[in-house]
Amino acid sequence: MRKLTAFLLLSIFLLTASNAAVSAQTKKQNDVLIRNATILTAVRGTLENTDILIQNGKIAKIGKNLKASSNASIIDATGKFVTPGIVDCHSHTMIDAVNEGSYSVTSMTHIRDVLNPTDIAIYRALAGGVTTANLLHGSANSIGGQNSVVKFKYGHPVEDFPIPDAPPGIKFAMGENVRRTNFQPRPGQETRYPRTRMGVLEVMRDAFLRAQTYKQSWDEYRAKVAKNDKTAIPPRRDLELEPLVEVLEGKRLVHAHGYRSDEHLNLMLLADEFGFRVATLQHGLEAYKIAPEIAKRGTGVSIFTDSWGYKLEAFDAIPYNAYLLWKAGVNVSINSDSDERMRRLNLDAAKVEKYGGVPEQDALQMITLNPAKQLGIDKRTGSIEEKKDADIVIWSEHPFSVYSHPEITMIEGEVFFDRAKDLAQRDEIKKEREALEKLDVNKAPASGGTSPKIPAEKRRGDRDDAEYGDGGNQ
Amino acid sequence: MINSKFQIPNSKFIKSFLYLCLSVFICGQISSVLAQNDGSEQNVTGKAGTFAITNARIVTVSGTTIENGTVVISNGKISAVGANAAIPAGAERIDGKGLSVYPGMIDAGTNLGLIEVGQGMPGSVDVAETGDMNSNIKALLGINPHSVHVEVTRVNGITTVMTLPVSGIISGQSAVINLNGSTQSEMAIVPVFGLVINFPRVTTFAGFNPVAGPQTVDFSAAVKNRDKKLEDLKKLFTDAENYARVKEAYAKDKTLPAVPVDLKMEALIPYMRGEKPVIFTAERERDIRGVAKFVSETKVKGIILGGQEAWKAADDLKKNDIPVIFTNIYNLPVQDDDPYDYLFSAPMKMAQAGVKFCISTGNDGSEVRDLPYHAGLAGAYGLAKDEALKSVTLYPAQILGIADKLGSIEVGKMANIVVTDGDILQPRTNIKHLFINGRMLPLTSRHTELFDSFKDRK
Repeated sequence: MRKLTAFLLLSIFLLTASNAAVSAQTKKQNDVLIRNATILTAVRGTLENTDILIQNGKIAKIGKNLKASSNASIIDATGKFVTPGIVDCHSHTMIDAVNEGSYSVTSMTHIRDVLNPTDIAIYRALAGGVTTANLLHGSANSIGGQNSVVKFKYGHPVEDFPIPDAPPGIKFAMGENVRRTNFQPRPGQETRYPRTRMGVLEVMRDAFLRAQTYKQSWDEYRAKVAKNDKTAIPPRRDLELEPLVEVLEGKRLVHAHGYRSDEHLNLMLLADEFGFRVATLQHGLEAYKIAPEIAKRGTGVSIFTDSWGYKLEAFDAIPYNAYLLWKAGVNVSINSDSDERMRRLNLDAAKVEKYGGVPEQDALQMITLNPAKQLGIDKRTGSIEEKKDADIVIWSEHPFSVYSHPEITMIEGEVFFDRAKDLAQRDEIKKEREALEKLDVNKAPASGGTSPKIPAEKRRGDRDDAEYGDGGNQ
Repeated sequence: MINSKFQIPNSKFIKSFLYLCLSVFICGQISSVLAQNDGSEQNVTGKAGTFAITNARIVTVSGTTIENGTVVISNGKISAVGANAAIPAGAERIDGKGLSVYPGMIDAGTNLGLIEVGQGMPGSVDVAETGDMNSNIKALLGINPHSVHVEVTRVNGITTVMTLPVSGIISGQSAVINLNGSTQSEMAIVPVFGLVINFPRVTTFAGFNPVAGPQTVDFSAAVKNRDKKLEDLKKLFTDAENYARVKEAYAKDKTLPAVPVDLKMEALIPYMRGEKPVIFTAERERDIRGVAKFVSETKVKGIILGGQEAWKAADDLKKNDIPVIFTNIYNLPVQDDDPYDYLFSAPMKMAQAGVKFCISTGNDGSEVRDLPYHAGLAGAYGLAKDEALKSVTLYPAQILGIADKLGSIEVGKMANIVVTDGDILQPRTNIKHLFINGRMLPLTSRHTELFDSFKDRK
């Protein structure tokens, strides 16, 4: 065990060291000064004609007529709008596998292992103002895999993506996807338990009972070690139950996919029984029906504004959901669960003003500060405040206008999307494609090429059929 | 009144079919009432009468915007528009101060009414008939006038949709409907509008094997498959031509052998002759040019549905007078190296290239209400704002051949009118009043009913 502890400590040290290396890199950054913007801070209202000074990747100063060092890069944002980077609390972008669907409990799996930093969807999300995402395991299992909270540092190596101090989390799921009732098993494939909402809860209960016993065995072992008992033998590590013990200890956030209010309520009751708090109800399209029960427990809800009706359990979804939850004091975030919708979360937030009348700043918080709080990263990101990471979007118009689009998206002061640059390099990309198409290997066989095979459009073969069947794993 | 053109052929069969539908429908209603039990009001067909919306900003779409004027609605029609329009005695006045009047929006590419819940509820899905060549299928006969999508969609300002069947090569015939009415024929504007053909395309996908997963064929086999399907399609149109000729000959000379009625051939005649349009689904340039070629070689009148790369085939489309129902704003670019705004900016490129187009959600029902934001996003990426508005009002009306009735605020047009507190394409804008066919409709839907049911729960 001592060896293991040493190993763990070493890994933590190495992780911290590599973080230090990253921040050392960012320290080399020149200062950035955004001048004369209309800033939607997401916490302290709207500031007109205001500057933001960025130093070492952090928001150093917000104010009028700020001075920057001589080598600072200056962005003139006259007539433009600035918001915090959008935080998407439910995404499967940049992951090469979504569901480990074989077992009903796959808490041992980790999204961190399947990150693909070259996924073009990352760039498209940046072009829609998204800087941070909660990358979740799919919803095929009652208890799914561990999540990864990342910043979309497109072009960086994969280890730069996960936010090092984001609390770990795990995906749970309930309802139609877990029951697999909309996905007929292939010939010869066994039907997996559970097939009903009743079974889903029993799987969860069973898992937590096992986790309690496992935790107890470790507690007993540690007590013996503390008493210097040389006969103490460490229990065998159980990779399935370890994350669930962390849930019981309040160290791991539960993000629970579900639609019907009854099943989400049942999960919260189960959590009460085992003494933990569910961090977020994901989707929760009926959450408005149990708003008081959710508010009482301090559980967050991460929803679609108005996407509904695509399956039976989404049929009671209403666009007033965000308003009713907000009114009840629940922390609401608006997520995409889709590479496509991710590009227009600003408009989904805008709609919340129309459906019920959530005030502008509270609506903006639903795609910035609220999801940051739900993910435990609000000390870093989610609002325009001094000392926070400079995760910033500059918009052509008010972000709640349908005619608006991001001009610049930056993470920790580094520009990852710049529309002007994007437009400027399009000719070059087109020429590159034309040149590549002329190569023999890329010619169609009919036109004399020796191309062995037509490449697939997307690397999707490694995903299971859940992604094909349910319209973006909703 | 608007339905007089709609004659049900072969009425005996259809009647018994309708009775069957009716009984199934009633059972469905009972179970849905049991399921909902939320006091849902069915058949809200609105209030008829004479209405005057005064002191409003009138966005006529076809002409200049009137900053402060009146719109009068009587007998289901727009009877007066202008800064000084006379208000008839007894008209119900609606103060439009601070409000804007728009024509109802039109979505020309939906499956609304044919699908209630797409997944997990197959009994509510009537969009895809089995078989490859279903020219006689009529969408109107599958549309559920009491679908919750009707109200949910119209309260966001969409008053008219085209509903299309999918599946096979020839899917069937679409219907253009108003989103109000107790029966299918009350909803219908054009009961049978166009023939939907999924234009055969080159695809290496060769079906899904339940054990081995998706199957593929090589590219040259894929080209051959496409050509074979295209030949089948052309042959079908030639058959229809011959069928019509033989029928005509028999009508003139009864000594000739009589032709037994063939429903599929019968249905193809107006399309083969170019009297009604064929709606071809096609996305990539290659397939769109293929459609243009097909149209140029036949008498067929074509419309493209989808149209991702229509701007690239502008020359062919213009030469053959083919408009585009563009359904790709909420879609991702296909290739990784396509510009990120490839599809957002496609309407702007179509406008620049002179392609006739409208913007549609292409949605099956629940998200048709997002139509204004599809148009608005095209506006965010280069399409002029007034063109964006036209692309969901006047342009779809023109493409659907109903611009004499809908798509703008003009005297004599059907009173499909939306009164808003701002730009109708903006997500924060509220709809304040709604008229379809001159009837004032309540701004309620299943969603407002559920909201009311739960808003005070403590």
